[in-house]
Amino acid sequence: MSEEKRLDLSTVVVEMRDITKKFGDFVANDKVNLKVHKGEIHAILGENGAGKSTLMNQLYGMFLPTSGQIFINGKEVRLDNPKKAIEAGIGMVHQHFMLVQPFTVTENIVLGMEPRKGLALDMATARKNVKQISEKYGLAVDPDAKIEDISVGMQQRVEILKALYRGAQILILDEPTASLTPQEISELIEIMHSLTSDGKSIILITHKLHEIKAAADYCTIIRLGKYIDTVKVSDLSESELASKMVGRNVTFEVEKPEQQPGDVVLDIKDLHGVDYRGVEIMKGLTLQVRKGEILGIAGIDGNGQTEMVECITGLRKATSGSVKVNGEEILNKSARYGFEHGVSSIPADRQKHGLVLDFSVAENMVLQNFKEKRFAKNGILQKKAIWDFTAGLIEKFDVRPRDCSSKPSGTLSGGNQQKVIIAREVSNDKDLLIAVNPTRGLDVGAIEYVHKYIVEQRNKGKAVLLVSFELDEIMSLSDRIDVIYDGKINGSMSGKDADENTLGLLMAGGAL
Amino acid sequence: MQTVKKVLGGKFLVTVFSILLSFVVGAVFLAAMGISPTEAYAKLFSSIFGTTKNMAYCVVYGTPLIFTGLAVAFSFRTGVFNIGAEGQFVVGSMAACVVGILVPAPSVVLIPLCLLAAAAAGAVWGLIVAFLKVKWGINEVLSMIMFNWIAYYLSNYIAGLEAIHNEGNAEATKNVQDAARILLPQSMLDALCPAANWGIVLALVATVIIYIIIEKTTLGYELKAVGFNRSAAEYGGINVNRSIYTAMAISGALAGLGGAVQLLGMGARISIFTSQEGFGFQGISAALIGASNPIGVFFAGIFYGALKYGGSKLNLIGAPSEVINIIMGTVVFFIAISHVFKLPTKAKKGGKQ
Repeated sequence: MSEEKRLDLSTVVVEMRDITKKFGDFVANDKVNLKVHKGEIHAILGENGAGKSTLMNQLYGMFLPTSGQIFINGKEVRLDNPKKAIEAGIGMVHQHFMLVQPFTVTENIVLGMEPRKGLALDMATARKNVKQISEKYGLAVDPDAKIEDISVGMQQRVEILKALYRGAQILILDEPTASLTPQEISELIEIMHSLTSDGKSIILITHKLHEIKAAADYCTIIRLGKYIDTVKVSDLSESELASKMVGRNVTFEVEKPEQQPGDVVLDIKDLHGVDYRGVEIMKGLTLQVRKGEILGIAGIDGNGQTEMVECITGLRKATSGSVKVNGEEILNKSARYGFEHGVSSIPADRQKHGLVLDFSVAENMVLQNFKEKRFAKNGILQKKAIWDFTAGLIEKFDVRPRDCSSKPSGTLSGGNQQKVIIAREVSNDKDLLIAVNPTRGLDVGAIEYVHKYIVEQRNKGKAVLLVSFELDEIMSLSDRIDVIYDGKINGSMSGKDADENTLGLLMAGGAL
Repeated sequence: MQTVKKVLGGKFLVTVFSILLSFVVGAVFLAAMGISPTEAYAKLFSSIFGTTKNMAYCVVYGTPLIFTGLAVAFSFRTGVFNIGAEGQFVVGSMAACVVGILVPAPSVVLIPLCLLAAAAAGAVWGLIVAFLKVKWGINEVLSMIMFNWIAYYLSNYIAGLEAIHNEGNAEATKNVQDAARILLPQSMLDALCPAANWGIVLALVATVIIYIIIEKTTLGYELKAVGFNRSAAEYGGINVNRSIYTAMAISGALAGLGGAVQLLGMGARISIFTSQEGFGFQGISAALIGASNPIGVFFAGIFYGALKYGGSKLNLIGAPSEVINIIMGTVVFFIAISHVFKLPTKAKKGGKQ
């Protein structure tokens, strides 16, 4: 699609020239260049911490560059606050939406720029305006629906409309597909194309390569704050893009030998339970995971998978049903009980559940085991034993920096924090490993690494339950896939037979 | 390790700087009232360092504040905010007083019994609040403020009971038996001051024990994990509720002990309160100045005690002793805002990730 589009390269709408941004001694952007043309979808590709967001925040007026120039439509501008950026025709859709939940779609879109009649708000005009632009760009929304009642995909449309309503000619989309279903993603890509054919330009921040291939015309690559290259997307393959991003060759394939699954380790039967509001969210979940297999749970956030995992890890009580590990009932017991009976887990929120960020890496390594004889004698922690143990794991799991034993774990990068958790959980050597969104927010290099370790656990005969919102991850790692919808398993298939469309259909509640 | 030293060194410098700055602020107020700051400060320092007796008094004044400071610091490190040290101090003091008056026993039995009663009373006072927090999610700060007042009126009620009320004096309890007192031997009292007592030794022991608990033990590890990140602690299999109970009990016991030490060392009896005495609240300042580090708190307590004692002599030259409150308040204020000046370095660190 995008390859065939004729791009008019005569009009440059955004040019960032030699942008350098320093925070103290730290150089977040080092002479980065960016040129975006009218009607172009321009991707910015880079690992976490490469400086993508810093660059875009400067374009959106969040802070000024230390040096360098920004030109909008050929005119040099000084964007020292977002208001100026908006006036210059720039709109940004943040990864985390900035919407007022109890307000309607219309109210959110016109917020701060409401049409008035005297002193009163003129909601009728507002509604008409919203309808008009939503029809113009094919962004169908219900202007009267409340934000809290509409899907994440719809909310994103509202965010885009909000920017367009403010007259944006250049749209910055920050990781826009993070929480969308495959269908919603392809709809979003369509919307992006319809916007560009209307003369808008789009800057797409992402680390998902296939989305860049599907949507973008050009791609600027940043690595460690430095400008690497700007390439025509159609000229490069995904793995070539990945190599440019991380600066070395990357393999996406995980080596996964065929193997016959063994005994059932995790056995969940007819699990019922409520969410934090007291609304029933698990409505009879049943699944099994065997030794030596990875069961992937595909599903859109909010269909009960989070609560299911909390039930297995002992953080939530269910109303009825059964969760057995190696035949032992662990439902409605403590987290400790589950741990002692074979449950280890890589939690979804590593900073909330996985690590005590103020604790050193060494202290985090023994979070479940600190009372064991090897680490504590008569209630006194054996610092040397703990530090030695940690040093071994840091080496084995390639945690960086190497001398991080006594550093607070909060100072590590996301990928290395995840390595600390994996090192700890894997070294616990339990029969069941639960991994929830284990690569969320990680860059390609770290993802490759995490995947390797998950598959290794499976190869060693552990039962692995993988819950992820990333369909690619589910499809590439799982031996079997269960799709969760509305608190139940809505369909199963083997990992080899899975395709995105079928999964997407099941995830949205459809039947095969 | 080097970074640890750096951080500690940084904190120490901030503290010293804050104290110096606070004296400047105090001087401005003094000058505004038409009192010569140099004269006032000269009096303050001579009242503190002038004689052995003065210095001994400073230590005596500081002792209870070390206990309440430790109580608050311990709670800070374990994720609860013990603003209730005031009430725990009061009930501890009263428990020691009741035992010290009513139980006929020799010193070897009576003193430990008084201390135990005080620690238990303080712990119970803390545990009630912990129970309310765990059971019904009631914010501990709110319930502690209420329990401070409950302790206050409870103490006044008990002080009025016939068994311990001093008949000749309507305002206070009887004195505790001499066997319950923890004064130093007479020869040392003569050399130091009439109120010199073993409390400072107990405070030192408590400081060391709390330091070891926090830094070296599995118990401290558990409590800190819950304090830093409840969710992760729970995920790691730590019993979070039990930790909250333990932390509050230890913290309350420390404050209660402070009450006992003050009573058995200094006061010997409890007066009917007409206002909160503030030992617990002053403990919050001591904990903040000591950066919640037990050893830091030990010195901060003595520092506070010295200013309290020295400040009480300011009246002699017509300067208001309240200037001490201004100084202490500004020290805490400057320490509290010191992180503002550290922000640039932090931002740099954040960017590096």
